[in-house]
Amino acid sequence: MMKQNEERIFDIRDIRVTFDTPDGAVEAVRGVDMHVNAGETVAVVGESGSGKSQIMMAAMGLLATNGSVSGSVTYRGQELIGLPRAKLNKIRGAKVTMIFQEPMTSLDPLYTIERQICEPIRVHGGLSASQARKRALELLKLVHIPEPERRLKSYPHELSGGQRQRVMIAMALANDPDLLIADEPTTALDVTIQAEILGLLAELQKKLGMAILFITHDLGIVEAFADRVYVMQKGLVVETGSTEDIFQRPQKDYTKMLLAAEPEGHKPPVGNDQPVLLDARDMCVTFTIKGGFLSGPGYELKAVQNVGLTLRAGQTIGIVGESGSGKSTLGRALLQLLPSEGRVVYQGTPIQGFDRAAMRPYRRNLQMVFQDPYGSLSPRMTVGEIITEGLLVHEPGLSARERDRRATQALEEVGLDPSMRNRFPHEFSGGQRQRIAIARAVILKPTIIVLDEPTSALDRSVQKQIITLLRRIQESHNLSFIFISHDLAVVKALSDYAIVMRSGQVVEEGLTSEVFDNPQSDYTKDLMEAAFNLREVLNRQAAARV
Amino acid sequence: MLGYAVRRLLGAIPTLFLIITFAFFLMRVAPGGPFDRERTLEAKVLENLNRVFHLDKPVWEQYLYYLGNLARGDLGPSFIYRDFSVQQLLGNGLPVSIQLGGMALLVALLIGSVLGTIAALRQNSWVDYSVIAVATFGITVPNFVVAPLLSLIFGVWLSLLPAGGWNSPESMVLPVITLALPQVAIIARLIRGSMIEALRSDHVRTARAYGLPQRMIVIVHALRAACLPVISYLGPAAAALLTGSVVVETIFGLPGIGRYFVQGALNRDYTLVMGTVIIIAVFVVVFNLIVDLLYAALDPRVRYD
Repeated sequence: MMKQNEERIFDIRDIRVTFDTPDGAVEAVRGVDMHVNAGETVAVVGESGSGKSQIMMAAMGLLATNGSVSGSVTYRGQELIGLPRAKLNKIRGAKVTMIFQEPMTSLDPLYTIERQICEPIRVHGGLSASQARKRALELLKLVHIPEPERRLKSYPHELSGGQRQRVMIAMALANDPDLLIADEPTTALDVTIQAEILGLLAELQKKLGMAILFITHDLGIVEAFADRVYVMQKGLVVETGSTEDIFQRPQKDYTKMLLAAEPEGHKPPVGNDQPVLLDARDMCVTFTIKGGFLSGPGYELKAVQNVGLTLRAGQTIGIVGESGSGKSTLGRALLQLLPSEGRVVYQGTPIQGFDRAAMRPYRRNLQMVFQDPYGSLSPRMTVGEIITEGLLVHEPGLSARERDRRATQALEEVGLDPSMRNRFPHEFSGGQRQRIAIARAVILKPTIIVLDEPTSALDRSVQKQIITLLRRIQESHNLSFIFISHDLAVVKALSDYAIVMRSGQVVEEGLTSEVFDNPQSDYTKDLMEAAFNLREVLNRQAAARV
Repeated sequence: MLGYAVRRLLGAIPTLFLIITFAFFLMRVAPGGPFDRERTLEAKVLENLNRVFHLDKPVWEQYLYYLGNLARGDLGPSFIYRDFSVQQLLGNGLPVSIQLGGMALLVALLIGSVLGTIAALRQNSWVDYSVIAVATFGITVPNFVVAPLLSLIFGVWLSLLPAGGWNSPESMVLPVITLALPQVAIIARLIRGSMIEALRSDHVRTARAYGLPQRMIVIVHALRAACLPVISYLGPAAAALLTGSVVVETIFGLPGIGRYFVQGALNRDYTLVMGTVIIIAVFVVVFNLIVDLLYAALDPRVRYD
């Protein structure tokens, strides 16, 4: 990876990107200089809204219609800004290619993989249909897609997320590019898949020698992957240097803050003398994919199979697993939010199979916080209304004044200014909205909160604040949490007991310290390594190929 | 896919049966009968008429009798257009309505898609605003205003085209335009909306990032996705267009079946109304099936088995 011959192929000078919005002009990028040398790997790091993606969109002529750009971007001396589309089309997709964050939506769902890989090959290389097909097959082999011949005929929805990203990479490599711009290419993928994709990129770079410009918010990736780093904040580059310098000797406060934003701390286990609040045995959730009157028999999908857990007062059980592992389904089944089999006992009462009416008295004690702080708050209600809505149901006797007092108290508790309770959710940032969602749960004085990926949509620095908040609330109310997440670092910091799930089953469980420091099953080992020791995984992958 | 189509058609039989039953009894609930005139007929004549058309029997017996004939493919005689069976009336009128509606649909699809696509590509420019303005005009101005206006301007004042009738290609121009105008507007708006969305989608961004020519991006990647919502609109719209338009047929004096529905209902021409209801119901069922099959053909994520 350390191959640098100081030949600048991509040079960005004083670039500025402005978006014309109904609220006036918004400057997303405010004068940035950046360059990429031939064959090197450069990372651009920043939190959401730092403008890191928009620089590349502007350079490649992909800005939204309300965006405008000034400054200069040259590729091997050729100015790209203001270049007529026909000339720009000779460069993008051929010499400079891109892969994107969302492999699900970045491919056209209506066409086969073959057609989509062949299009740029034929447009740029002028190959015949059969030559292009041969090349597409070669490319799929290059990116290690199993059964490449069959995959050519597949549609995007028939592929997994990791395979789709491999297809994107194949497209990107089709015309032997000089520079590959990768915009958060692994953010939507599970950690083990992420490690595979990064390993593939490293391998291909070694084989083909192109430069990679990697846009990410994940410092773990940067450290394992990049030669040089640009740190961006609010549309400006705040610091730049070699990966080693940035990680070992950061100069700017913002960089230091980013580096320190990895979740930290751990939770001591609770004693066995603590009362058991929730006890679940042999939980099974089966989704029946319905056959219709005329459409033949249905089939069954076992989302959760024979999972049990015991949650004590003050305890946090972390449930980790990759997408599709059944962890969220389990959380919902425990709270009787979807039909399940098994046995759930809450403080001595078997609540398994309770319908909505029967569950209602228990709901205030069993609260839930969801992943998406945008979708889970009603946009037409004020924050005050949102957080006091539960009180109307569970404590109907409260006076309006008393409810307002409780709302003030709850908002203060989650670190929000109570005077903001007459505002609407859209006026708040993602982190603030998640605080509102937590306030909505806490105001009812519950005993258990199920947190379903509550930090996954947030930047690391905001995540850290939410983790601190959750810790504080847990201590002051002696709350018990069930913390569901694919993010191992967050689970490690927050929970004292961990359950690792895969395909609906428990792979491993135990005290967090044991599961994380001394994993027993191969799957858990892979998971831990991909999450905490990416560089090691990539090195091993590279070594295996030699 | 074929199995699915057959199952859907079989599934349509109970639907049609319910529609027929409902329409039959609804007609009988309406006061009056086919032979009520301002000057009442002589009792003896009325009795004879009722006997000939089986109207002297109880309603349920008439219903069974109608179903029996229907099963043999007989829609019965018209009560008002003496000497004509309902088959003959519909058989003469339907080709005219289908021709008129089919052409209108084709014109609307072509012009609507082009206008909508252009508007989407030039979003928020004067081109876009003009398309929207024309579309709004097309939707809001009723065809009983457009039809006589066109007839007056092009038929009477300018004498460019026949003002009515259905006997030459020229005579088809004005009715087709009248019928197509609101559809052009609706399709243009639908395409514009879904096209704007498609142009913003991630996979179109991918196509642009890979330097594909603009024409290819618009036609191959954006338009196909943008067509999908339009197709679901086209099912019921095609059924409505092909089964005739009362206003257009009346104003231009066309021998289609659209008139029969209204005239039949007003005159209590029971069999004629039933015949029209059945035709419309069959068209709706068939076009909805075609839409669903087209969907599967255009979108590989949709599968029927």
